[in-house]
Amino acid sequence: MATRELTYREALCEALREELIRDERVFLIGEDIYGGPGGYGGAFKVTKGLTEEFGDRLLDTPIMEQTILGASIGAAMCGLRPVAEIMYEDFLALGMDMLVNTAAKTYFLTGGQYHVPMVVRAPCGALGIGPQHSQVFTSWFMHVPGLYVAFPSTPADAKGLLKTAIRDPNPVIFLEHKKLYNVKGEVPDGEVLIPLGQARIACPGKDVTVVAAGYMAHLAVQVAAELARQDLAVEVIDPRTLTPLDMETILASVRKTHKVAVVAEDTRRAGPTAEIAASITEACFEYLDAPIARVGAKDSFIAHNVGMSDYVVPGAAQIEAAIRQVADWA
Amino acid sequence: MSADNALKVQMYREMVLGRLFELRAEQLAHRGLVAGSIHLGIGEEATQVGACRALAPQDYLVPTHRTHVADLVKGADPGRLMAEIIGRAAGYCGGRAGSSHFADAATRNLGVQGIIGAVFPVATGAALAQKRLNSGCIVLAFFGDGASNQGTFHEAMNLSALWKLPIVWVCDNNQYGMGTRFDKTSAVANVADRACAYAMPGCIVDGNDVLAVYEAAWEARERALAGYGPTLIECKTYRHRGHSTFDKNTYRTQEEINAWMKRDPIALFENVLRGDGLLTDDLVTRIADDAGRAIDAAEAFAVQSPEPAPAAVMEKVFCPSEVK
Repeated sequence: MATRELTYREALCEALREELIRDERVFLIGEDIYGGPGGYGGAFKVTKGLTEEFGDRLLDTPIMEQTILGASIGAAMCGLRPVAEIMYEDFLALGMDMLVNTAAKTYFLTGGQYHVPMVVRAPCGALGIGPQHSQVFTSWFMHVPGLYVAFPSTPADAKGLLKTAIRDPNPVIFLEHKKLYNVKGEVPDGEVLIPLGQARIACPGKDVTVVAAGYMAHLAVQVAAELARQDLAVEVIDPRTLTPLDMETILASVRKTHKVAVVAEDTRRAGPTAEIAASITEACFEYLDAPIARVGAKDSFIAHNVGMSDYVVPGAAQIEAAIRQVADWA
Repeated sequence: MSADNALKVQMYREMVLGRLFELRAEQLAHRGLVAGSIHLGIGEEATQVGACRALAPQDYLVPTHRTHVADLVKGADPGRLMAEIIGRAAGYCGGRAGSSHFADAATRNLGVQGIIGAVFPVATGAALAQKRLNSGCIVLAFFGDGASNQGTFHEAMNLSALWKLPIVWVCDNNQYGMGTRFDKTSAVANVADRACAYAMPGCIVDGNDVLAVYEAAWEARERALAGYGPTLIECKTYRHRGHSTFDKNTYRTQEEINAWMKRDPIALFENVLRGDGLLTDDLVTRIADDAGRAIDAAEAFAVQSPEPAPAAVMEKVFCPSEVK
């Protein structure tokens, strides 16, 4: 299939554009998403250029995260398809009630009378903007039945997952990593739709399995390339969505490699790596030749200072060390 | 617009039916058929019937945990509502929701937001959808005096006024948030006083006068349909019962309760209609009998409905994907 090279940001914008054209029920709502003359086009410029084309289908709101999310819910219940942008994932804390108590539960509570087809786009991850603008919280949302959680690591996945998320009848928390916005990758021409709950083998290998999503998957692929030169074949599984989680693909890899490292940028304690590692242990303990290694952020905060931030957030060195630890296990 | 004679009698019937429905639900709670408790709006029927009667069938209602009467006026079947209150399979939500989370899509009842204050953003979004769809429908959202102190109130009042959304905000001010009197929680005397901060009309009506509520809601609906945006209507009323069926009702003086009982909205309206020659002893008896039979039937339907299968709770967590 023919492809084009796009950045993660361009791929996301293209997904929004295509869905706005395809379905007139789709609209975008958020703070400073307006992209007309002099407008921001989103804090990370994802919606830049869309205002000229789609006008009032981009709604700039006051600063009010709860009501961006709650109004999206109400509009979705009445037949529209809102795509909300929350400027930083950290700010989702302001709207947790809307997500956890309303968006997640409406289909269930009403016995299926109403559903909430909405997407919440949330830029996340450390980029030197300090402790309240840098976090990744996948496990918060994995913990809530009724919410899907997507976290693409490549431009192609960003486009395909966002388009699928917009068409899905359920609320989807769509995490975008800030360090990926300028990363380029090949994106197939034509319609790109990636099912929620289908992992991707980002890099095939037979010696060690690494499970990582988002920016950590991007780093893990780089580490795997480096280790391949040292004759260690690392298989990187990018789940792409944390809910639903494609355990089948993860377990198939583990049964092949017998050694696993699980990586996430969230705080390691009670983070997504705990859930994934425990699920692997429950399902195929007898295949494991080494204790599962877990990589995550240390129990502190993501400081403004880059050295301090890098000390807390996992990087390539920590991922490589974890792979080495399981690979070298006697 | 004022209500015509037929509508007046209809509203009286609905107030009587609503009262009997809640009295019966209260009995079922005391008989132990309700898991947890229910929140009764006995004494607040004029607010609920008056506001809802100003709506067209295609308009949306966002109810509260205390507006069973409004749910019935919007068209909910008393039997299925009662079944939901006692958590049965034939309830509107299959026993998942109970009274505090009830919804009925067929009558455009968007459902109770069980978290106090969540109603504001969600109702705003429903109104945003009407405006974007150019549907010619409005949203009427009830909320209590207690809810008006949540931060979401500010966000939603501002946005709905800023975007001139077709919504009518109806505050069912029964003077107490659980056991705390409104004047202990609010810096202003009236919820409607806040409307001016949002460049929105705010009005105070006697919430025990069904015709006053109806007229205020009608006017607000017309305003919303004409594109002028929201109105905040504060209905001053009182709940005869405690906050919930768990509530021993100890934080209010008997004097205060008695004073409000003398202003029972159904008795007040009955006097008005008798004065107008629209109600006679015969008709009053017939309306009460009809309502009694309807509520007996509702109870029978509800209690005969089976319990949902426990494992059915695993269904409808996610909506089946339409993506191919």
